[in-house]
Amino acid sequence: MAKIESTFKNMLLSLTLISLGASAALGYVYELTKEPIALSNLNKKIEAIKMVVPEFSNNPNDDMIMLATGEGDSLEVYPAKKDSVLLGYAVKTYSNKGFSGYISLMAGFKPDGTIINISFLEQKETPGLGTKMADPSFKDQFSGKNPGSFMLKVKKDGGKVDAITAATISSRAFCDAVARAHNTLKKGGLI
Amino acid sequence: MNQLQNFTKGFFRENPILVLVLGTCPTLATTSSALNGMGMGLATTFVLIGSNVVISLLANVIPDKVRIPAFIVVIASFVTVVDLVMQAYVPTLYETLGIFIPLIVVNCIVLGRAEAFASKNTVLSSLVDGVGMGLGFTMALGILGSFREIVGSGAIFGYKFMKGDGILVFILAPGAFIALGYLIALINRLKKTSKS
Repeated sequence: MAKIESTFKNMLLSLTLISLGASAALGYVYELTKEPIALSNLNKKIEAIKMVVPEFSNNPNDDMIMLATGEGDSLEVYPAKKDSVLLGYAVKTYSNKGFSGYISLMAGFKPDGTIINISFLEQKETPGLGTKMADPSFKDQFSGKNPGSFMLKVKKDGGKVDAITAATISSRAFCDAVARAHNTLKKGGLI
Repeated sequence: MNQLQNFTKGFFRENPILVLVLGTCPTLATTSSALNGMGMGLATTFVLIGSNVVISLLANVIPDKVRIPAFIVVIASFVTVVDLVMQAYVPTLYETLGIFIPLIVVNCIVLGRAEAFASKNTVLSSLVDGVGMGLGFTMALGILGSFREIVGSGAIFGYKFMKGDGILVFILAPGAFIALGYLIALINRLKKTSKS
């Protein structure tokens, strides 16, 4: 077949047809992957909640409440209950002070405010440095501590947290996010 | 050129990264570990194969003056497919590669192969070209990623074989440049010796 000439009509027609074909194909794939994507996002959230609060029997996703932080936005709080006894709260919290901006994590608190565990949802920190926030050697120092007496600041800033070597900024952001979760729970009257 | 040569040229003679030095942005950014590098390589391979085949099919009905927008629409569609599929089935890898998946659209290799090869050759040759170039890209990313992971974090494919941290700079961006530079130097050296 000979090459089609570059007349206005031909150009318009070929581009339109190609775009139509492409959008039809994309629509199909989108429909196909919509459910698995939603499922994997939900699984990830439930996984994160499971990691930070003890065994629960309710569906935290259904009991979710939004609590205002007092900074103009609000955090998602997932109460974890077993046989309607409150075990604790998983709070989806964030900080914008990471080395590469936004980080998001799930922090679990007992009803008295003690930190149970913390897990990561999203971060873009430097691989090998800031990403060590997710290592047990760093984040386990928070477990079992109550932010009421355990100052959530790195030692350099007068707090009690051992910062990661060469990743003080990431460590600060981590503390900032956990402190935000704790303050929000406190303000909301939950702890 | 027979199909075998057509296939193998992507590995050494015209390796997109080591010889043509195309698509270095994702190369440098995603090779902090062997798995990330290879994941990126395979995603690009899929896009390359898809766009090469479709573009060689459509080459005759695309008027010359709008060929670039037409190619980009095709490429962008394949990238979006990869993006959605990875998000659905390999969420962890999707997260680490992050922004670099959508950015495959602007990867020079993909448009470069469409323009330089697929639009002028048969569907079969374009398919072979796409597979060869894609795997050549994956290989280069795999080597670079493995090297950076071994030297930088003392691990390979996520398995740590060494205590401590390794040489941190290799995990960071400058290390990518240094490692890529040495790799290209090595390939040039090999090419020289094989010629003489």
